[in-house]
Amino acid sequence: MRAALVLVVLGLACVPVAAADPPSPGVTHVKVPAGTPAVAWGAQLFGANCVTCHGPNGEGILAPVRGVGDQTGLGPSLVGVGARAADFYLRTGYMPLDDPYSQPHRSRVLFSQGELAALVAYVASLGPGPGVPSPHPERGNLADGQESFTEHCAGCHQIVAEGGYVTNAVAPPLNKASPVEIAEAVRTGPYLMPRFSEKQITDAELDSVIRYVIYTKHPDDRGGWALGHLGPVPEGLVTWFIGIVLLVATCMVIGRRFHA
Amino acid sequence: MTRWVIALLVLVLGRFRRRPRLDSEARIVPAGTPDRRAENVVLLLFACATLCAAASLFVYAWDAIPNQTQFLGLALGLAFAFVSAACIVIGRRLVVTEELEEDYGTTHPEEEEALDQLVAEGGDRFTRKRLLIVAGAGAGTAIGAALLAPVASLGPVFDVSSLYRTPWRRGVRLVDEAGRVFLADDVEEETFYTAYPEHADREQMGAPLVVVRFKPAELQLPEGRAMWAPDGIVAYSKICTHAGCAITLYRKPTFAPVEPKPALICPCHYSTFDATKGGEVLFGPAGRPLPQLPLAIDGSGELRAAGNFSGAVGPSWWGVRNHGPRS
Repeated sequence: MRAALVLVVLGLACVPVAAADPPSPGVTHVKVPAGTPAVAWGAQLFGANCVTCHGPNGEGILAPVRGVGDQTGLGPSLVGVGARAADFYLRTGYMPLDDPYSQPHRSRVLFSQGELAALVAYVASLGPGPGVPSPHPERGNLADGQESFTEHCAGCHQIVAEGGYVTNAVAPPLNKASPVEIAEAVRTGPYLMPRFSEKQITDAELDSVIRYVIYTKHPDDRGGWALGHLGPVPEGLVTWFIGIVLLVATCMVIGRRFHA
Repeated sequence: MTRWVIALLVLVLGRFRRRPRLDSEARIVPAGTPDRRAENVVLLLFACATLCAAASLFVYAWDAIPNQTQFLGLALGLAFAFVSAACIVIGRRLVVTEELEEDYGTTHPEEEEALDQLVAEGGDRFTRKRLLIVAGAGAGTAIGAALLAPVASLGPVFDVSSLYRTPWRRGVRLVDEAGRVFLADDVEEETFYTAYPEHADREQMGAPLVVVRFKPAELQLPEGRAMWAPDGIVAYSKICTHAGCAITLYRKPTFAPVEPKPALICPCHYSTFDATKGGEVLFGPAGRPLPQLPLAIDGSGELRAAGNFSGAVGPSWWGVRNHGPRS
C-alpha cells in the first residue's frame, strides 16, 4: 500500500520533469508549400530553431533567459549582420549551438541546402548588411598569400593552418574550410577571431590568402615525413629516438661486450 | 661501465684517500705496465677539450662572428666529445681491468676493503697521476665556465637605462610593415595592427608595436594615461614581457556576454594581456604588464608617438624592476 503510494507520488513528480526535458539535439524542419518565398520559409525555420537565443525578431537576448525546456537563451543580435555571417555560421555547422556559453565548432550541418538558403535570406532581411563574398583564389598568388597568412593568420591558426589555441578558446584547423567560408571568416571575425576589413586585407590579398590556405591542405613536404605539420616538438621527439639508439650503440661499441 | 665510473672516481678522490691496503696482502689486480703513450693521448685530449670549451666562451662573447650559434654548438659539442674520448682511452688503455665473477655491492666489511683495494690498484698504472688530474680538472672547469657563461646575458642588474632606450619619442610617426604612415581613421576596431617607428631600425627590441582600437568608453587605462589613447587607439610594445616573443594573437569577442574579453596573447607561453587596462596581465607566466606607448593624432590625422613607453621593453631581465629613467 505504502509502496504504491510512493510510486504514485514519484510518477506525479516525474510528469513535469519529463515535460521540461531539454529538446533533443537536432533541428526542427518546417514543411512549407512549394512556392513559399525564401524569406517567409526562413522566418518559420528561425522561429522553430533560433528564437530561444536570438530573440523573436533576431534582435538578440543580452542577458540569460530561461527558455523552453530549461534551455538558456542568450545570443547576439542578428540585425545588420547580413547574409555573410549567417551563411558562415550555418554552412560550417557552427549554429545551432547546444549551449550559448560554449565555443561554436564545425559540425554536421542539419539543415538541407534549401533550408540554409531560406534562413540566410531571412537573416539578411533583418537589416542591411554585407552579402556572401565571392572570392577568386585562382587569381591569387601563392607566395603573397603565404606572406599575408604569416602576418595576419598564422599566429593563431599555425603556419600550415593546423589550428591552435588562444587562451580560453581554440583556433580551428582550416583543412575543411572552403574558399567562401575563409572569405566570410576573414571579413566577419567569428567568435574570438579579429575582423579584417578591406583596408587591412584587400580583396586581392584575400584571394592570395585563400589560395595559400587551399595549398596547406596538401602542402609540398620537401622534408619528406611531415609528422603532422606540428613543428619542432614531434621532430625533436623523432630526433631524440634516433639519437638515443645511436648513443646506446656507441656505448656498446666502447664497451667490452663486443671484444670478449 | 661501472668500472670506468669507479676508475674516474678514484682519479679524483684517490689523492685524498689513504689506501686501506696492507703491504703484506696480496694484490687482487695484477700490476700493469705503465703506458706513457696512452697517457700522452689522454693529456692531449683533455687539452683539446679545454681549448674547445674556451673557444665556445669566446664565440659566445663575440657577437660579430657569422653563424655564431652553429659555431657555439660545434665548439661545445667538440669539448664534450674530447672529454668522452679521453675517458674511453683511460678506460680501455690505462685502468687495469680485472674480470670478477661475483657481484659487487655486498655489505661485508672485508669485501668492502677488497673492493677499495681493487679500485686503488686499478689506478696503479698511472705514472703522472697529478698531471692527468690537473688536465681533467682543467677541461671540467673550462666546460663548466662555458655552460655558465650565458648567465652573464641575463640583462643589466644595476644600470637598467639600456632597457628604456627605444626609437620612440614624441613626434615619431607610426608606419606599417610596408612603410605606410598610419592614419587614425584607418585603424578599425575588432582587429589589430603591427606598427614600427618611421626611419628607425625595426630589429630593435623597442621598435615593434601592436595597435588596437576600442570605443573610448571601453578603456580603463591606469591613472595618468587618460591622454594616451586618442579616439580609443592604444599601442603596446609587441614584445612579450615574459620571454620576449612577438605578440601575434589577438582575441576579440563577437558577443561579449558569453565570450572572453579582448586580449593580446603571446603564442609562446600564452601570456594574456588586457589591452583595455594598460596591458595588465590576465593569464600566463608574464610578470608585468605590456609597456604602453602614449599616442597622439596630429593635425593631418596621422598617428604619432607622444613619448616613450610606460616601462622597460622586452623580456624580464633580473634588473627590470629596478626603476629606470622615463624620457
